[in-house]
Amino acid sequence: MSANGKPKIAFFDFTSCEGCQLTVVDSLQDHPELLNAVEIVQFREAMSEKGEDYQIAFIEGSCTRQSDEARLKAIREQASIVIALGACAHLAGVNALKALHPLEDVRKYVYGDKWEWYETYDARPIEAVIPVDFAIPGCPIDRNEFIAVVKALLLGKKPPIPDYPVCVECRLKENICMYTKGKVCLGPVTRAGCGAICPTYGSSCEACRGFITNPNQDSMKDVLEEAGLSVEDITAIYTMFTTYQVREKLLQKG
Amino acid sequence: MNKRIDVHHVTRVEGHGNIVVEVENGKLKTCRFDVVETPRFFEAMLRGRPYSEASHITSRICGICATGHATASLRASEKALGVELSEQSWLLRKLTFHGEILDSHVLHVYMLVAPDFLGVGSVIPLVNSHPEVVLRALRMKKLAGDLCAMVTGRHTHPIAMTVGGFTHFPKMSELEAMRQRLIDSRKDVEATVELFAKLPWPEFERDTEYVSLSKPDEYAFIDGDIVTSDGVRVPPERYKEVTNEFMVPHSTAKFTRNKRESLMVGALARFNNNYNLLHPKAKEAAAVLGMKPKVTNTFLNSAAQVVEIVHSTEDSIRIIEELLNRGVQPEEPAPIKHMPGEGVGVAEVPRGLLIHHYAIGEDGRITAANCIIPTNQNINNLEHDMRAWVPKVMHKPEPEMQLDLEMLVRAYDPCISCSVHVLKIQR
Repeated sequence: MSANGKPKIAFFDFTSCEGCQLTVVDSLQDHPELLNAVEIVQFREAMSEKGEDYQIAFIEGSCTRQSDEARLKAIREQASIVIALGACAHLAGVNALKALHPLEDVRKYVYGDKWEWYETYDARPIEAVIPVDFAIPGCPIDRNEFIAVVKALLLGKKPPIPDYPVCVECRLKENICMYTKGKVCLGPVTRAGCGAICPTYGSSCEACRGFITNPNQDSMKDVLEEAGLSVEDITAIYTMFTTYQVREKLLQKG
Repeated sequence: MNKRIDVHHVTRVEGHGNIVVEVENGKLKTCRFDVVETPRFFEAMLRGRPYSEASHITSRICGICATGHATASLRASEKALGVELSEQSWLLRKLTFHGEILDSHVLHVYMLVAPDFLGVGSVIPLVNSHPEVVLRALRMKKLAGDLCAMVTGRHTHPIAMTVGGFTHFPKMSELEAMRQRLIDSRKDVEATVELFAKLPWPEFERDTEYVSLSKPDEYAFIDGDIVTSDGVRVPPERYKEVTNEFMVPHSTAKFTRNKRESLMVGALARFNNNYNLLHPKAKEAAAVLGMKPKVTNTFLNSAAQVVEIVHSTEDSIRIIEELLNRGVQPEEPAPIKHMPGEGVGVAEVPRGLLIHHYAIGEDGRITAANCIIPTNQNINNLEHDMRAWVPKVMHKPEPEMQLDLEMLVRAYDPCISCSVHVLKIQR
């Protein structure tokens, strides 16, 4: 805690588009009161000051090179609470698409004969490198959910992240089901909390928030069955954000 | 006289870059801007993905210019597959694009640049010292974000844009309310022009080759020829004749040059090349800011962004009025005409010329991809500017010299996450 009793917060970014930190800035537009409840000591994208004394660390981005692991471990050592901010940190997200090709091929495709100049390895979520206390899912994060999580943390409560599928929120919005429109949608197996924003704007859920804990038990299987699909079918094909999880599962199965 | 400036991870820019400058016995010895962002590899990752996913994948290149990447990506696929957009789709594409220009420029000039002139490390202390400035910036940024959200669901990352059109359409009541908010925002826009007209911009002139898109009948943001202030004009498909990428070991971003040692893209390049097509009110703002082309002071790139804030506000109002007059009808995306195909999509995103180039196979999957990012094109010019700028400021104490160099970097509004994934199409 700082002398004024406010918890000190720091933001860090690894391989990402920094859109989640921008969403944080946007969240503060509507909730300036949060700036009175916490002290931000490090936020490179928005401020020049760099404080190394913090209790809560928000980390955006995936780990995509060995040399970044030491920085992650130092953050873990300092912070009492580490939060993965957004899909890249939480799931490895789009960065993991790289793993669908041989790594050397990917490096040569982009950097040609200079490919060895630039260090990289398969993208991984932060929790593959250090223990993570919570994740705020989404690509990008949902600004209301971010505020709710910060408020819960300040009250010493567990952040309210749902563990039911996006379909629940989508039906509440009275959207026409994407399967009715003849499209494949990952809503039945994806963690809610986004307000089903993509189907609401006419686009299928792409699972940026990751899968619910037990998709085979809890998914909207009736929706899938009507379309003649299984959980395995859709999660194996539609991997925009979940390549890392799908590959891990395959590795576990051997 | 020996000086060493070593700024590890410059703050208040998007992404990770370091300034390294060494002065030995009064002579400039080292002068580099190192891009140390992790390589991203988007072009390699696009291969094998269906073209329909490409705009949603590539918007994730950058949280600030997500709409710009999605737009260039869609234009590349649409050109590759012979898709002709409806008039309504064009209006909506241009409208949400203005929303991103406004959002990004407001963020840059108020939250990233202004603190340097007001002697603080971030926008946060300004909440107490200059509350009216901060509240105005937040109001303007919220309006820009809401404009994007009205059309595409959200600014980062847009949902409702798809190859051939849109999957969601704003209601007339939303358009009417947005029109009124934009009209009401004119006083904030005017106050912005006044504020930035008063700032003591550093004196620094270095002419370079200014590169932008150009269209005959509008200030170009989407599509157009690639033109330069040295008289070059090529269609987008011949972009490589201008961009000429090369690599250097200290940067994960590729560099570019054309006729001269370096070139510059961004608001200043657009202003210099397309001044005549600015909205009359934007030209008035330029006069208040003391700008008339050709402007060769790099620091005034931020002032050119202020001019574009005026232009995009006014043009958004015009577009919304046109949509209100003609009505908005839900429509299916325009059909694709052929497969396979190859296409180049170009857009003037907040930081300058962005190029997406895709080849799409018979099965609708991308077989080759190339993205050329504005910040990449600028970093070489930035280093040449630094070499010209250091001799003017090296008499100062190191902390002041460091700030002068950081301000030069920030003037470019670099977007470094974006810049690290570039290549030639290989086949």
